[in-house]
Amino acid sequence: MATTVQEQPKRAASGERRLGSSNTGNGGGRYAGPTERNLPGVQEFSPAPSKTGIWVLLAGIAMMFAAFTSALVVRQGAAMDWEHLALPPILFLNTLILLASSVTLELARRRIALFMGRQETADERPLLWLYVTLSLGLIFVAGQYAAWLELRSEGYYLATNPNSSFFYLLTAIHAIHVLGGLTGLSRVILKLNRMTLRRSTLESFSYYWHFMAVLWVYLLWLLWIRL
Amino acid sequence: MHDVSAPASAAHHGPPTSLIRKHIFSLDHKVIGKQYYGLALVAVLIGMGLSWLMRIHLGWTNAHIPGLHLLSPNGAPGDVMTPEYYLQLMTMHATFMVFFVLTTAPFAAFGNFFLPIHTGAEDMPFPHFNMMSFWTTFVAFCVMVSSFFVGDGPTLGGWTQYAPLSAVGPVSGPGQGTGVILWALSIAIFCVGQLLGALNFIPNVLDLRCRGMSFWRLPMPTWAWFITSCMGLTAFSVLMPACIMLILDHVGGTSFFVPSNLVINDQMQPHSGGSTLLWQHLFWFFGHPEVYIAIVPGMGIVTHVLITNMRKPMLSHRVLVYCMAALAILSYMVYGHHMFVSGMNPVSALGFSFPTLLITIPSTIIVLIWIGSLYGARMRLNSASLFALGFISLFITGGVSGFFLAQPSIQILLHATYFVVAHFHFTMAIAAIFGIFSGTYFWFPKMWGRMMNETLGKIHFWLTFVGVYCIFMPFHYLGLAGNVRRYQAFVVDYMQPLIGVHKFVTIAALLTGAVQFIFLFNLVYSRFRGALAPDNPWEATSLERSTSSPPPFDNFGGRQMVVYHDPYQYGVQSSTGDYVLQDSPEQVKSAHDEP
Repeated sequence: MATTVQEQPKRAASGERRLGSSNTGNGGGRYAGPTERNLPGVQEFSPAPSKTGIWVLLAGIAMMFAAFTSALVVRQGAAMDWEHLALPPILFLNTLILLASSVTLELARRRIALFMGRQETADERPLLWLYVTLSLGLIFVAGQYAAWLELRSEGYYLATNPNSSFFYLLTAIHAIHVLGGLTGLSRVILKLNRMTLRRSTLESFSYYWHFMAVLWVYLLWLLWIRL
Repeated sequence: MHDVSAPASAAHHGPPTSLIRKHIFSLDHKVIGKQYYGLALVAVLIGMGLSWLMRIHLGWTNAHIPGLHLLSPNGAPGDVMTPEYYLQLMTMHATFMVFFVLTTAPFAAFGNFFLPIHTGAEDMPFPHFNMMSFWTTFVAFCVMVSSFFVGDGPTLGGWTQYAPLSAVGPVSGPGQGTGVILWALSIAIFCVGQLLGALNFIPNVLDLRCRGMSFWRLPMPTWAWFITSCMGLTAFSVLMPACIMLILDHVGGTSFFVPSNLVINDQMQPHSGGSTLLWQHLFWFFGHPEVYIAIVPGMGIVTHVLITNMRKPMLSHRVLVYCMAALAILSYMVYGHHMFVSGMNPVSALGFSFPTLLITIPSTIIVLIWIGSLYGARMRLNSASLFALGFISLFITGGVSGFFLAQPSIQILLHATYFVVAHFHFTMAIAAIFGIFSGTYFWFPKMWGRMMNETLGKIHFWLTFVGVYCIFMPFHYLGLAGNVRRYQAFVVDYMQPLIGVHKFVTIAALLTGAVQFIFLFNLVYSRFRGALAPDNPWEATSLERSTSSPPPFDNFGGRQMVVYHDPYQYGVQSSTGDYVLQDSPEQVKSAHDEP
C-alpha cells in the first residue's frame, strides 16, 4: 500500500496533453547550452522547482521573523515598561515534542527514499512514522495552547505588557506556520496513500518541517533571553 | 532526446475546459497576467480620479465638485471637500497607485504573462499558487475599496501610515479606526499575494528554463522580473509583520507603536511605551525596495523595447543586469534617507546618505548605456519605443533631484515640500507608468492577438509626455519656494503667490488625465477591432516571438524549445533579415556576441 511512484511524469495516455510533462528544466544548472560554435552535453535533469520553491518560502518566513525580532529589540530598547516574563515550563516539553517530530519525519523520509523506485513493498512503517509526526505536531500546537492558558491564568493577556504582547504574537504566528505544515503533511500522507507522492514533494516538506523546529528553538532562545 | 525520464517539474494541468477554469480561476499564467493587468487598469482609473479631485481642491479651495457628496456625505458635505477628506483621498491615491498599479502592472501582469514564455517554459511551476496570488491580490483590492464605504471613510494617514497617528484609533481623525484596520488588512493580504508570486517567479527562472537557455540568454525583462521578485520576497515579508502589529495596536490593545502619555484631542491614550520610530523602520525597510520593485521591471521592459527598435544590442547587456542587481542590493541599505527628519543621529544620517549617493552610480551607468547605445542607432519610432525614450527622460529628470535629496542637510529643508513630491513622481510613478505604456504597446499584439492603433498611440505619447512635465516640473519650483506638501489649502501669506502655479498644475493634470482616455479607447477598440497581429510584428528575437499571437495554452503548441542564441541578435545577417530568433538553429555571424 505504502509505495510511492518514482519521479516520473505520468503521461496522459493519448488525446489530452498535460503540461509540464517533458520539456522543462534542461536549461537549469551549470549547462551553457548549444551555441553556433559548439554543442556541449545536455544536462538532462534540473532540480525540481518545489525544492527551489521551498527555499523561497523559507526565505520569506525567515525575513518575517527577522522583522519581528528587530521589532522586539527596538521596542525593548525604547521601553520604560519592559518587565520580566517567566516562560511557562510546558514550552520546554513542547520543544522536545517538536524536535521529536522532526526525527520521526526524517525516519519516514529515509524509509520512503529507500524503496523509492521499487514497485512493491509490504513495508508500511513509513506511513506509520508520518502519522506519528502528524500527531506530534498536533500535540505541539495543543501544548502551545496550554502555555497560553497558563499565562492567561497568571493574568498575562495580549495587552498586559509588551513582553506578553510579543510572547503571544511570536508563538501564535509560529503556531500558524506549524498548522500550515500539518496541512502539508496531511497532503503528503494522502498522496502517499494514493501512490502519487513525488520524492521532491516529500523532501521539500521535510525542509519546511525541520525549519519549523529550528525556528522554534530560535524563538524560544529569543524569548528566553529577552522577555 | 527528451524521454519520460525528464522530471515532471512544471505545471500539471491540461487545457481548461470549463468557463470558470478558463477565465476566472484560471491556472494559465497568461490569463493570470491579463487579470493582473485588468486589476491594475481599474486601480489606475481610481487613483487618477482621486488625483483629479485632489488637484481641483488644491487649485480652487472650497470648489464645488458635483456629486462628491454621493461618495462621502460626511467627507464632502455640500460637494465641498473637508480638509480631512482631502487627506483621505491623498492616502488612497498613493495606496492604489503604489500597490495596485506600480507593483501590479509592470511586475505581476507582464511578468506573469511573459516570464514563462521568455524562459521557454509551459507554465509557472506552481499554477495553483499563481492563481491564488492573483485572487489574494484581488481580495486585498476589494478590502481597500471597501474602506471608502465603511464607517467614516478611508484612512487619512498617508500611504506611509506613520505611527502614532495610524495606531491610536478614531480619536486621531476620520478613517483612523476602521479605515486604518482595513488598510493594514488589505496590505497584509496583498503581501501574501506578492509572496505567492515570488514563489512562482524565482523557481521558474532557476529551474524551468528550456534547453540552451543559460542565464545570460534570458531577455532583460525576465532578469528584471527575477531581481524584482527577489526584492518583493524580502520586502513584503517585512511589511506584513508591521501590518499585523498595527492591527493588533488597534484591536488587541497592544502598544507596539504608541508611546506612553500620549494626549490626543485632550484624551490620554491608554497605550504605553511603544516606539513610534519602530513603524518607520519596518515600513521603510519595505518602502525603499518597493520603489525599485516599481521601477526595475520598467527598466527591463524599456531596455527590451529599445533594443528591438534600434536594431542593435545594448553596449552591454551584462552590465545592465549587474546594475539592476546593485540597485536591488543598495535599496536595502538606504531606507533611513526617508527618516532624516525623524530626529535621527546626524552620524546615522550620513551613514544612510552615503549608500544613497552610491545608488546614483548604477543608475547613471544604466542611463549612459541606454543613451550610448542609442547613439548612431536607426531608431524605429513607434508608440512603444517613444514611451521607452520618454521613460529615460523622466528617469533622468527624477534622478537629478535625487542628488539633492540624498544629502541630509538639503533634504531636511526640502523634506516636507513639493520638491520631494516632484522627485518621487518623476522616478517611481510616472517613469514606471511610461514603462507600463511601453510594455503595453509592445506586447499588446502578443497578449490579445491584435495590433494597437499606432497613430492614437503616438498622439497619446506626445500629449502625455508634455502633460506630465507640465504637471510635475512646477513642483520643483513650488518645493524650492517652500510650498509644503500634504496641505489641503495654502492660506499662509508666503504661499499665496503660488496658487497660480497650482491652478496651472491642476489644469495640466485634468488635461493629461483626459488624454489617457485615448489610450483606454485604443486598448478597448484594438482588443476587438484591431488588425490581426502577426507572430512577430516588431521583428524581435525572444521566445515570445516564436509562438502564435496570442500563444496557445501551453505556450509553444507542444514544441520543446531549444535556444541557440543570445537574446538580442540584431544587426546580423540571417535568412529572416537583420535579426535571428533565439530558437533558430541558423548560424549567423554575430557581430555583437559578448565574450
